[in-house]
Amino acid sequence: MNRFDYIRPASVPEAVEAAAVPGSTYLAAGTNLLDLMKGGAARPERVIDITRLPGLDRIEWLPDGSVRVGALVRNSDLAYDDRFARTFPAVAEALLSGASAQLRNAATVGGNLMQRTRCAYFHDLASACNRRAPGSGCDAREGENRLHAVLGWSEHCIATHPSDFCVPLVALDAVAEVAGAHGAREIPVDALHVLPGATPEQETALAPGELIVSLRIPAEAAAFARNARYLKLRERTSFAFAVVSVAAALEMEAGAIRKARIALGGIAAKPWRAREAEVSLEGAEANPEAFAKAAEMALAEARPSGDNAFKIELARRIVARALTLALDGTPEAMPALPASPFSTTPGANHAA
Amino acid sequence: MPLETTSPLPQHRRHGSSAGQPLTRRDGVLKVTGRATYAADNHPDGMLYAVTAVSSIARGRVTALDVEAAKAHPGVVEVLTPANRPPLAHDPDEKMPPFGFRVEVLQDDTVRYVNQPIAIVIAETPEAATEGAALLNPQYEVEPARTGRESGERFDPEVIGIGAPARTAHGDIEAGFAAAVRVTEADYVTPPQYHNAMEPHAVVAQWDGDRVTLDMPNQALALSCASHAAYFGIPAENVLIRSPFLGGGFGSKAILNGPQILAILAARMLDRPVKLALTRAQMYGPVGHRGRTWQKLRLGMDEEGRLTALHHQALCTTSSFDEFLEPAANASLPLYASPAILAEHEGLRLDVGTPGPMRAPGLASGSAALEVAMDEAAEACGMDPLDFRLANYAETEPTTGKPFSSKALRECYAEGAKRFGWSGRPHEPRTMRDESGFLVGWGMGTAVFHCPHFPAEARATLRADGTALVETAGADMGQGAWTALAQIAAEALGLDPDQVELNSGISSLPDGGIAGGSGHTASAGLALHNAGEDAIARLAELATTDPASPLFGAGNIGVVARAGRLHRRDDENRSESYAEILARAGRSDVVGTAKAARDPAVASAHAMYSHGAVFAEVKVDPDLGQIRVARLVGAFAAGRVINPRLVRSQYFGGMIWGASFALHEEAIADRRTGRIMNADLAEYHVPVNADVPSLDAILIPEDDPYVNPIGVKGVGEIGITGTVGAIANAVWHATGVRVRRFPVRVEDLIISREFA
Repeated sequence: MNRFDYIRPASVPEAVEAAAVPGSTYLAAGTNLLDLMKGGAARPERVIDITRLPGLDRIEWLPDGSVRVGALVRNSDLAYDDRFARTFPAVAEALLSGASAQLRNAATVGGNLMQRTRCAYFHDLASACNRRAPGSGCDAREGENRLHAVLGWSEHCIATHPSDFCVPLVALDAVAEVAGAHGAREIPVDALHVLPGATPEQETALAPGELIVSLRIPAEAAAFARNARYLKLRERTSFAFAVVSVAAALEMEAGAIRKARIALGGIAAKPWRAREAEVSLEGAEANPEAFAKAAEMALAEARPSGDNAFKIELARRIVARALTLALDGTPEAMPALPASPFSTTPGANHAA
Repeated sequence: MPLETTSPLPQHRRHGSSAGQPLTRRDGVLKVTGRATYAADNHPDGMLYAVTAVSSIARGRVTALDVEAAKAHPGVVEVLTPANRPPLAHDPDEKMPPFGFRVEVLQDDTVRYVNQPIAIVIAETPEAATEGAALLNPQYEVEPARTGRESGERFDPEVIGIGAPARTAHGDIEAGFAAAVRVTEADYVTPPQYHNAMEPHAVVAQWDGDRVTLDMPNQALALSCASHAAYFGIPAENVLIRSPFLGGGFGSKAILNGPQILAILAARMLDRPVKLALTRAQMYGPVGHRGRTWQKLRLGMDEEGRLTALHHQALCTTSSFDEFLEPAANASLPLYASPAILAEHEGLRLDVGTPGPMRAPGLASGSAALEVAMDEAAEACGMDPLDFRLANYAETEPTTGKPFSSKALRECYAEGAKRFGWSGRPHEPRTMRDESGFLVGWGMGTAVFHCPHFPAEARATLRADGTALVETAGADMGQGAWTALAQIAAEALGLDPDQVELNSGISSLPDGGIAGGSGHTASAGLALHNAGEDAIARLAELATTDPASPLFGAGNIGVVARAGRLHRRDDENRSESYAEILARAGRSDVVGTAKAARDPAVASAHAMYSHGAVFAEVKVDPDLGQIRVARLVGAFAAGRVINPRLVRSQYFGGMIWGASFALHEEAIADRRTGRIMNADLAEYHVPVNADVPSLDAILIPEDDPYVNPIGVKGVGEIGITGTVGAIANAVWHATGVRVRRFPVRVEDLIISREFA
């Protein structure tokens, strides 16, 4: 790999200052970055190690019932935090459906948000990739693309965002708290990842050098705790990225749907919030017809970017299934195979 | 060279054997505590690191390499390219007998496949070598890559696999079809797969004059010494290979490859030790793979569901410059009785690295297609798939009429079916659901693998303290050779395994043969067995000719070796310990040696195979199409079992590999460039534990008096065969969708009318 400077700042302001130099990148657990550096898809000149920054490893409950999760909290620590898992069960389920136990023990909250696409053409240096090398083209467009995007893609890029964690975060209106050279600001996770358009190299809304310091999930999201699921179709039962995934959450009131949240993963360059489908469910009776209609609406704009038309039909089905599972109720205990279709536990109700 | 065939000395018997006991691995503690030394763990003083630069095109020419930039990088010591690569004594464009392929070692600027070495950078650190390789920034003259069935060049191969005929015919195939009342025909596709041993190919090479020591994982020590010696123009005895542990081999570490040869060459050129370890991605090219196949099966049946004709055609890929064709159609030769069988192979040259033997070569791919075809034929006949196979049970080898040395396949079918609960299976597909509403399907397949025997040698030394040292240059790839071979030797020596020290895994020891073809335990084991018998015979000679021994004069009667003592055969109360015999004879030890090979007369008179039956249950999500193998039950008969714990583990490994073949594994090559787009273990899927929640392997007793004097067949590869078809057939039974392309993908189900 290329020679680079290694910098270990002692505070967030120091980190932000160090990262202001072009060619810098932040290093947390490195479960994604180090692979990219070894393969050459990332060649930073300066690596800013933030793993020793103080105060970013806490889960903090705020007076209004929302939660602030430090960027350095490990994926597994968050998923196994009892209060967190009971309050935001779909988030915990998504976390536990990602990667492997070893990786979850290392990977951080902030790092998960910042992970790069798995598009093989992004990783393969000999391929044209507008995301990696702006203006070079997109070899995925006519390439091996059965797992690529079906929503929000452009001729310039058909990559997908691989995160599981981000999918329920987007569904639940989570917010990233960011520090930068020009001070602190907040970015909704839904706005953090951006669609490729003509500038796929612009992957997030972060300005150069900005650092995600924490994540906040609003108190209102807790209203879905009894009826929230994350469902992930993958090509092996564990340790695989989603072909298609969905976070579905319902707030039920007297047998009708008061509020609904739906977000999809693995189908676009960002977690895909299906707001119109959500609206269609609000006030509706929870039944298969309503779920099927919502699924149709969620995928209404979808079109294949290659050999992936099946993902559209699969996504419709998985939305309907996830809504059905959410209606059945959040399982009492985390399923042995989190988010797997084979973890279906019909009729189980959440006791929270 | 005529091979000596040693059979057990009849007058001396053994009792109280440890063979057959489920001992845990002797090397287990070393491995789980990280103290087992693998090749790349070696760090001799002054060692340099080598990294290959590899081609990103599949076909063409390298027109420029920025050697200056690479050499200017701090820490880079040397860059080898075709311009300065030192000569080799063997032409790399010629095959290396007996099994070696043509290799790519910078002999010219042509590029024949993706990931071919085009330079090798040697540096003081692995990071510097890696960056040096990146800085070479190769420029190419690119020719169109031939990556598929349409663009490849077809040819009629002379041989397939390792020296097998491309066409094997038995009976009159057209007459067979003419006699059929039913004919089924279908096409099957299997993908390219890569061995992906957990340990990458690595070497640490140290030269001392014209002698070289190679720490490298190796499945064929003696053979590899000779081959390396030929490349470097030195006598074979000047090559020492140390390979105490292999992190998997699966056939990819039995044959020499370009990157390792280049690292050894660099070490000689620079007169410093050099280490090379391939990256995961670099293993997708120069170290072999299982080639793609397109297969067609046509089966003719009579009114009773008996085969009248079995025609298996396979189009098999190889590289543009060498041949290894999966002998896939030959999977139809040993298993089912038919008056007419025709197995035919055609070659397809693509711009890929040369394929090679990969766990169950030929049979894995061929059985995948054959067992699905058998299922389809059973369906056409309205017969249960197991009944259909029993109706076509081969009592003798179908194409030769030879008797089987042993064949307990009927028992495998019966015990496997019983354990699985097969008898309750409804014929119709898509008729079973579990309590959660998942589609449930049951399928089965027959497993078969041949029993090769490699010549091997061994030495057994009985020591003054009554313990023994036994030696053979064997290879433990994880299968448990360190343990099973010691058990065989201990049995022959009448000792407890704890009293037997095994030396293995280094080429200076007696030739242990090849750890391949599922033949290592039988081959190296027989050599150790015979060496142990020889040592006991020599010890008995000392005792029975010594008037002071209680065994004096028992030479003709014979002795029994048991628990470290020789007993007079006709009066077991008269005995003497090994230590006592040696002490009185004034000997520090007695050494037995043996060469072992299969008796050609016995071999030519019998067909020798391991057999098995695999039953699979899958669950399929009725809407989403996700598949899970809920249960696998395999019953296998493979002669005598030396260590049931290890054998069961081998069957499990094979069955898991079968699940991998059926549902997961595929190298995805870009159709335009030939570059493999999933050359890492995140995206090249093999099963995880959650994919195989229930495995059961039944060891069917089988006594084989012919296969070899210790009665041992092979268990390493058979588990894949049968399993692939069993799972695919279970998917059909669950869903009604017949998928004939491996691996079975979710979209194969989603787009079917059954899932509409």
